[in-house]
Amino acid sequence: MRSFFSALLRSKAGLFGWIILSIFVLAALLAPVLGLDSPVRGSLSARLDPPTWTGLFSPGPHPLGTDQLGRDILSRIIYGSRVTLAVAAAAVILGGIVGVGLGIVAGYFRGMTDRILMRLVDIQLAFPLMLLALLVVAALGPSLRNIIIVLALTSWIRYARIIRGQVLAVREREFVQSARAIGSGTLRIMFRHILPNVLTPALVVGTLELARVIIMDAALSFLGLGVPPPAPSWGRMLADGRTYLSTAWWIVTFPGLAIVLTVLSVNLVGDWLRDYFDPKQRGLK
Amino acid sequence: MIRYLLGKLAESAIAIWGVVTIVFFVTRILGDPSALLLPIGASPEEMARLQADLGLDQPLFLQYLSYLGNIATGDFGQSFQFGRPAMGVVLERMPATMELAFTALILGTLLGVVAGTIAALNRGRLAELVVMLFALLGQATPVFWLGIMLILFFAVDLRWLPTGGYGTPAHLVLPAFTLAVFVSASIARLLRSNLLDVLKEDYVRTARAKGLMPRVILVWHVGRNALIPVVTMIGIIMGELLGGSVVTETVFSWPGVGRLIIQAIETKDFPVIQAGVALIAFIFVVINFAIDLLYGLLDPRIRERR
Repeated sequence: MRSFFSALLRSKAGLFGWIILSIFVLAALLAPVLGLDSPVRGSLSARLDPPTWTGLFSPGPHPLGTDQLGRDILSRIIYGSRVTLAVAAAAVILGGIVGVGLGIVAGYFRGMTDRILMRLVDIQLAFPLMLLALLVVAALGPSLRNIIIVLALTSWIRYARIIRGQVLAVREREFVQSARAIGSGTLRIMFRHILPNVLTPALVVGTLELARVIIMDAALSFLGLGVPPPAPSWGRMLADGRTYLSTAWWIVTFPGLAIVLTVLSVNLVGDWLRDYFDPKQRGLK
Repeated sequence: MIRYLLGKLAESAIAIWGVVTIVFFVTRILGDPSALLLPIGASPEEMARLQADLGLDQPLFLQYLSYLGNIATGDFGQSFQFGRPAMGVVLERMPATMELAFTALILGTLLGVVAGTIAALNRGRLAELVVMLFALLGQATPVFWLGIMLILFFAVDLRWLPTGGYGTPAHLVLPAFTLAVFVSASIARLLRSNLLDVLKEDYVRTARAKGLMPRVILVWHVGRNALIPVVTMIGIIMGELLGGSVVTETVFSWPGVGRLIIQAIETKDFPVIQAGVALIAFIFVVINFAIDLLYGLLDPRIRERR
């Protein structure tokens, strides 16, 4: 653990990523006790108030202004982050379970199983992920559960590919050979011996996938196919704010900045994790 | 090389079959279109007649077979909103989508190659830091938000360019630039790290020792090898550009296939959704096939391996 922190302190980018990400996660977790305005109930007398610090006329204490219904933007961004982060994390974990599982199966059994699974991955990769997501959400209807399923569906392939490659190497290692020699069952070998050895790459893939999934989630809600209202969502805030582009720039600016900062910090953390676990790669990517 | 080519061709064919199969089964979940086509209060007999006309009364597997047969000839059925063949409606919108995607790809690749090279050759200097910072930000910025911000600045505030629409070169500037930022960010990061790898290779040291001009080494020894992975990257980027067209085209009111698909989803125009998604996926498969061939030509090791 000490080497973890000292490695972190040596990487400015990694440290920056962890700090920003921690702030977002903390704000999301603590949202109910931060004393924010309601993210869903606005006051019509406070419609389209500019951010307080701009010095323009703005009666209420709205640090990032209010939207077309008089709702506080800061509060909506923070409450929106709860939805976004929870959906993205659930999708990446679900996709990870499926992808890692199938990756292990493909790499362990090889042969026909491997070929069929990898062909499946290829077929899905031939499908632009955004279109696949759009099609499935349109079919199932946008709900919290369906969005998570759809995002996980776009995510499992990357795990499966990378984990399969890892398993192909791990299954030839001595401890797996000896486990097989003493008659351990297939399931036991896969879960007790192989799985722990591929968790690190899975964690790195998962972090980088998290960034991609956050953007895709925002894109879906921007198109009106995200988690349905009244839950605040970053993508829909952007879509709503477009109508008021010429009068209220803050509605579209701040939720977008929140997306950029979150994705940037997750990417930095992912890059850092990859370098940390794989020193050969350090400084290259 | 022939075996490599045939192998790739078979892979592409399977991928296309897979895509149209997914499209068929997913759109079947969307529901029974006959309920939407008939006016409210239509009698059960009318409903049954329409279902028979559309072939919806047959077993799913037979429906799937006749679907495969139809789309092999490009027939995706009639668009509900336009009353014309769905594929025709989609094809009309295709030039706009391709125009935007390719402009962005070319612009973004040029920007990315220049930026990535500058970063690699200025290891540890300010230039590298600036390029990498922009690349990181470019990758973290959702294309639709960047688009909105550029509209806000260049169209709403400065009034230099139109906020959206299609027709003149001025309409192309903002959407193409928005997408090019995303493209160049990915390429710059990848190229920089490839260049740094290749610069360490023995053959580069040999070339230097022979006294070749640095520029010759950079182009012939380093550049060629560092660009090979970039070719693969372009395939992935094309997928993002084509798939992402649903978002970009919505932001810029660009009359391409992406925006058509969104409208079709809103009006539940299933034949158009199917035709649009299948066509974009088809183009994507063809592009990837072309890239695999190019890859085999550029790197002899790849085609020898099989």
